[in-house]
Amino acid sequence: MLIEVTINGILKSFETSPGEILLDLLRREGYKSVKRGCETGECGACSIILDGKLAKSCLLFAPQVSGHEIVTLEGMESFSKLHPIQRAFLDEGAVQCGFCTPGMILAAKTLLEGNPHPMEEEIKEAISGNLCRCTGYIKIIRAIKKAGEILKGNV
Amino acid sequence: MFKEVGRNVPRVDGYALVRGKPVFTDDIDLKDMLFIKFLRSPHPHAIIKSIDTSQAEKMEGVALVLSYENAPRVPHTTAGQGYPEPSPYDTVMFDRKVRFVGDRVACVAATSPEVAEEATKKLSVEYEVLPPVFDPEWAMRDGAPIIHDEKDSQGILDPQHNLVGEVEVKVGSLEKGFKEADVILERRYEVHYAQHTPIEPHIVITWLDENGRLVIRSATQVPFHTRRICANVLGIPIQRIRVVKPRIGGGFGVKQEVYLDYVAGWITLQTGRPAKIELTREEEFISRTRHPIITLLKAGAKRDGTLTALDMRILSNTGAYGSHATTVMYNTGSKVLPLYRCPNVRFQGRVVYTNLPVAGAYRGYGATQGYFATESMLDELAEEIGMDPVELRKEVHIKEGETSPIFQALGEGREGISQVISSCKLPQCIEEGLKLIGWKKKPKEEGRMSRGYGCAIMMQGSGIPAIDMGAALIKMNEDGSFNLLVGATDLGTGSDTILAQIAAEALKVPTKKIIVYSSDTDLTPFDVGAYASSTTYISGGAVLKTAERVLEEIIRIGGEMLNEAEGELIAKDAQVISKRTGRSVTYEEIAKNSLYERDQHQIIGSMSHISSQSPPPFAAHFVELLVDRGTGKVKVERYVACVDCGTPINPKLAEGQVEGSIINGISYALTEQFIFDKNGRMMNASFQDYKIFSAMDIPELKVVLIPSHEPSGPFGAKSVGEVNINGPCPAIANAIWDAIGIRFRETPFTPERILRALTLGGSSGART
Ligand code: FES
Ligand code: FES
Repeated sequence: MLIEVTINGILKSFETSPGEILLDLLRREGYKSVKRGCETGECGACSIILDGKLAKSCLLFAPQVSGHEIVTLEGMESFSKLHPIQRAFLDEGAVQCGFCTPGMILAAKTLLEGNPHPMEEEIKEAISGNLCRCTGYIKIIRAIKKAGEILKGNV
Repeated sequence: MFKEVGRNVPRVDGYALVRGKPVFTDDIDLKDMLFIKFLRSPHPHAIIKSIDTSQAEKMEGVALVLSYENAPRVPHTTAGQGYPEPSPYDTVMFDRKVRFVGDRVACVAATSPEVAEEATKKLSVEYEVLPPVFDPEWAMRDGAPIIHDEKDSQGILDPQHNLVGEVEVKVGSLEKGFKEADVILERRYEVHYAQHTPIEPHIVITWLDENGRLVIRSATQVPFHTRRICANVLGIPIQRIRVVKPRIGGGFGVKQEVYLDYVAGWITLQTGRPAKIELTREEEFISRTRHPIITLLKAGAKRDGTLTALDMRILSNTGAYGSHATTVMYNTGSKVLPLYRCPNVRFQGRVVYTNLPVAGAYRGYGATQGYFATESMLDELAEEIGMDPVELRKEVHIKEGETSPIFQALGEGREGISQVISSCKLPQCIEEGLKLIGWKKKPKEEGRMSRGYGCAIMMQGSGIPAIDMGAALIKMNEDGSFNLLVGATDLGTGSDTILAQIAAEALKVPTKKIIVYSSDTDLTPFDVGAYASSTTYISGGAVLKTAERVLEEIIRIGGEMLNEAEGELIAKDAQVISKRTGRSVTYEEIAKNSLYERDQHQIIGSMSHISSQSPPPFAAHFVELLVDRGTGKVKVERYVACVDCGTPINPKLAEGQVEGSIINGISYALTEQFIFDKNGRMMNASFQDYKIFSAMDIPELKVVLIPSHEPSGPFGAKSVGEVNINGPCPAIANAIWDAIGIRFRETPFTPERILRALTLGGSSGART
């Protein structure tokens, strides 16, 4: 079957089957920032933004997103310019192995778009579905806080 | 005084990582790929009587089924250690016998993961089920089931008693020590199974290159050991293999294991097609684990806080195979006991097989297990002699300029090497930590909550002395930039970045002038890999030496260009300058001169480094927590870690190492555990049921780096990767004691355990 999805602002059509997991489709189509960490919805490595909300692509079938809008990390930078969240992750040391990073950055983006000045607890809540085994989350939280300030123009 | 060292340079691989670029093992697409799935044993101990593969082989898309019937049988160890490995050769690719639930029986390579999976279900296997043994104490007794009775294994001390290895060392006289003691305590401590859970599970992709050589692209911490072990198992020359480590999604020791690469490699060699193994999360949980260890610790002390005797006897459970079995056991003594000034010491270790998941290398590598015992014991002793536990630690810990006879007596899988501690800022770490935590300043009770404070001190090593070797190569380009090639393996730790900083500092250029390429057995020099906290110290040492060699050459050529004697020249800011005239030439001019103009040659250098020392990093941890007496839940409120890792080459990355280890450690202490059914099957192999900390669970964590200068390290650096995972278990146990007066000598400290102890009101594990 054929589905049409808007990915990172571009309308795309893909051949898929009713049983195909969205994560598999995205990776197959080259969106390699979408990572596989568990396939059971528990690690957040496969996070995408679906119609403005954070979603786990391993829990969705590809046909379910037909006609919807998806953002992956590939869609976050304009040509050669990092998004302030990416910049903050880099500068604050929020990246170690980087495997959780795409999901974390998308979680941060989803949060900051609705709430540019989150409290620490709100940040923790926003990334609570995204596991990181390397950083202990400390620097990720700091990076998100800093990105929020930059986006609001306070820095 | 440093320009590049000590600076928070952003990770050299960070730009790609924050953009989600396809830099991980799985991020390449190859044509005609085969996907490999395993059939795993449902029994903890059984002989495979027969295996019928015909149904599976008939399936469309199945390329090959591998089992003991057609796989090469080469005994080896899966531990990615230096050669000859100190772990027993007790593993073959596929065996007739299975030794734990989840052991591999066979695998299927097919055109899609789904077909491969489906085909494994079509394999029909007849087992002769054998009695299993799960209890390590029972495993050693006469009459216990023998797990490794195969004839061709090597290096198992006493297979009849499931005993992989043992060690006993003595220093001074225990008898004398206990006679001098005012107080003697004897306790049993137990630490539990755990899994590293890197967010990227094990993954490997293999293919044949255009010349028919086998390429192994693997999420590994040990590319060079992988090449060597695979060559042996596959029966092909090392020369025919290239191992490439791309970015990898965390390791923590679990990827120091070589046990999937050769399976994929064999499939590729047999079929000529690319092959991939990607473990599921469920499989990852039983890939490799932390050795659970039981420690019997007897300690003697005087009332003034002097330790007179330490008698430490451990029993380590390596599960079904002996990966890292003896070395982890040695480390439980050798990385722990030298921390304490005590003239009379015995360390006795034994490590046994059981029909449980295989243990292996896990950050902390035995020291984590050992410190739970010794650092709990120090608090118990302090209580007994009426001394403040922090004061006791100040008294007993090793100081700068001192040595411990244990360094010499006990190494890693063999005797050790004597060393004097040349850098130790532990006293400052303790003082600073005390201040920051506000030691016992807050009120004890708040409703049903009881507050407690606890501390722990710890050390580790920096590489395995006289064994670990790293090498580097630096070449200069005509624009004055440099390629740095290292075998060292960045598994997310940031080692590529700090090695670049070390090179930049020594070459007198900004770090951005260094282009790093690492961990490719065809292109980079050898390195043992990322383990034993060796990268900064050992590989960093190699980079420093190499950079110094290259700098000499740059200065020599600069001198010729300036017509100046070498003694009259200095290198600074990418220039060679005459001290006498102030005239200078830039690196760019020097490189162009050497490549195109005069005495043409490539400015290049390569050096190797090995150390006779393994200077320990030190840390003092302090925790403030609340125990909910109604639910038994422990809430860690604040955690302070003060760390002496020598010169932090990149403070932010070093802090990140500390933070990551501590949160992992707290999670291990409180929530992570393996739940087995009566067959030894892990019942909770998912993140749903095996709870690692999320952002919601973390306490307020304060990390302070207290620099020292380690004379034998590059720019004064020591290691930082492992040491801090040793603190949370004992520090939290000590704080729980402080809060509710119950001593937990078995990890983890789950609400059920605490509640049970509270209701039983002082028995079982309670105040003694
Ligand atoms: S892969 Fe989807 S949540 Fe883990
Ligand atoms: S940085 Fe490695 S999992 Fe988060």
